[in-house]
Amino acid sequence: MEFSVNSPVLFVLAAIIILIVLLQSVFFLLKALKRAREIGMEKSMLRKTIRTAAIFTIMPAVAIVVSVMTLSKDLGLPLPWLRLSVVGSLSYETIAASNAESAMGLVFGSGTALNASEYVTIALVMTASILVGIWLVPLVCKRQLGGMLKMEAKDKKWSELFQSSLFIGMISAFVGYVFCDVAGVGGGNLSGLIPVFVFFVSAIVMAVAGILSKKTGWRGITDYALPASLILGMASAIPLTAWLS
Amino acid sequence: MRTREEYLNSVHRWGKIWGFSMTAVLLVFPFAVCLIFGAVPNWRGLGFGLLATAPMYWAVGIIETFTYIPMLGAGGSYLSFVTGNISNLKLPVALNALEQNNVKANSEEGEIISTIAIAVSSIVTTLIIILGVILIVPLMPVLQSEALAPAFAQILPALFGGLGVVFISRNWKIAIAPVILMLVLFILVPALNSGTVGIMVPVGVLFTLGVTRLLYKKTSFLD
Repeated sequence: MEFSVNSPVLFVLAAIIILIVLLQSVFFLLKALKRAREIGMEKSMLRKTIRTAAIFTIMPAVAIVVSVMTLSKDLGLPLPWLRLSVVGSLSYETIAASNAESAMGLVFGSGTALNASEYVTIALVMTASILVGIWLVPLVCKRQLGGMLKMEAKDKKWSELFQSSLFIGMISAFVGYVFCDVAGVGGGNLSGLIPVFVFFVSAIVMAVAGILSKKTGWRGITDYALPASLILGMASAIPLTAWLS
Repeated sequence: MRTREEYLNSVHRWGKIWGFSMTAVLLVFPFAVCLIFGAVPNWRGLGFGLLATAPMYWAVGIIETFTYIPMLGAGGSYLSFVTGNISNLKLPVALNALEQNNVKANSEEGEIISTIAIAVSSIVTTLIIILGVILIVPLMPVLQSEALAPAFAQILPALFGGLGVVFISRNWKIAIAPVILMLVLFILVPALNSGTVGIMVPVGVLFTLGVTRLLYKKTSFLD
């Protein structure tokens, strides 16, 4: 069979694997919903969780579609579609594909037509280099979460502080990242302020939603506050970039 | 009715089955391409490509696994490490769901809520990508337009602005030190940027745990 990066058979292969990934999500969703019913969790709570998770996901998912489009210029559509539907990300896939291509004397981004051997080499590097989390989680997850349960039984307050510290530790790293280009402002490059302003626009939207919810007693506002802060923050980046770039 | 332990054991059992199966399933694609097109990998390219890529991403993957499991819970971990986009989608969606429903992450309700949120997010993401692939021709000029590019470039600041204000204000006592440390590091060290933020998450987590433990044991600040 003649090879092309957009060969129909590659679409079929990618679709089958993505369908299996989708089935895994459906399986765990049904399992969690069944357990929620068993322990008497309120249906309204579950419905709200499903609704807000779905709405919140839309914009980040559209950003992933943009990444698929970016990678498709070099790798065709099926491979980026598969890679970004599973563990991948634009930065990782670009680095992995660039490393594989440069090891074969090719240049990533040049739009060179790949042959089957080059394509399969790139696919193997992209897949094998990031598999670790998938097989490591089944090996360590039970033991690690068992340790958390023991900690909770021993000292409930510390267990709660431990959990909050994990979240705060992660969030603080991303807060720091937002300010990573601020140092350039002294040299006249104001573009480092764009993520900072976007961050604050989003934070203000969230804070205003919280205050409104408290004042009016309408909890529905907070249900959509995070997706709204995300969209308005992203939208603010358009005039901010025009102004500060 | 099953006990909490019985439910969690069942999640772990199925998680292992899915996790190991998915490892094999993901490798099917390159091997199937070899068989269908009669292609052999470029061994030199494969060797050097893996050498340049795998050590760093395996090291990061191992650290991320131990860092994110306690935050994601059992079901959430088994799903998130297959579907990816953990720090920029799955974890925020789970945190938001826990926060909205006012349930603790380490409770059984928390385990269920975060699994549901992550599963729904994974399904919606997969479906939107499928839609994007089907409609790539009309969508490409719109989504890759210069006008929209700045918005997609700032998705992380927009995401963590909203999330940060909630969690930092609720936990300000334990947030002061790590936020200051990360601000100083990211502003003063040029090597820290969007490409290295993932590596700094475990650093932030370990530092926060250390400071919180110190405050908890040696002072009454957290009482």
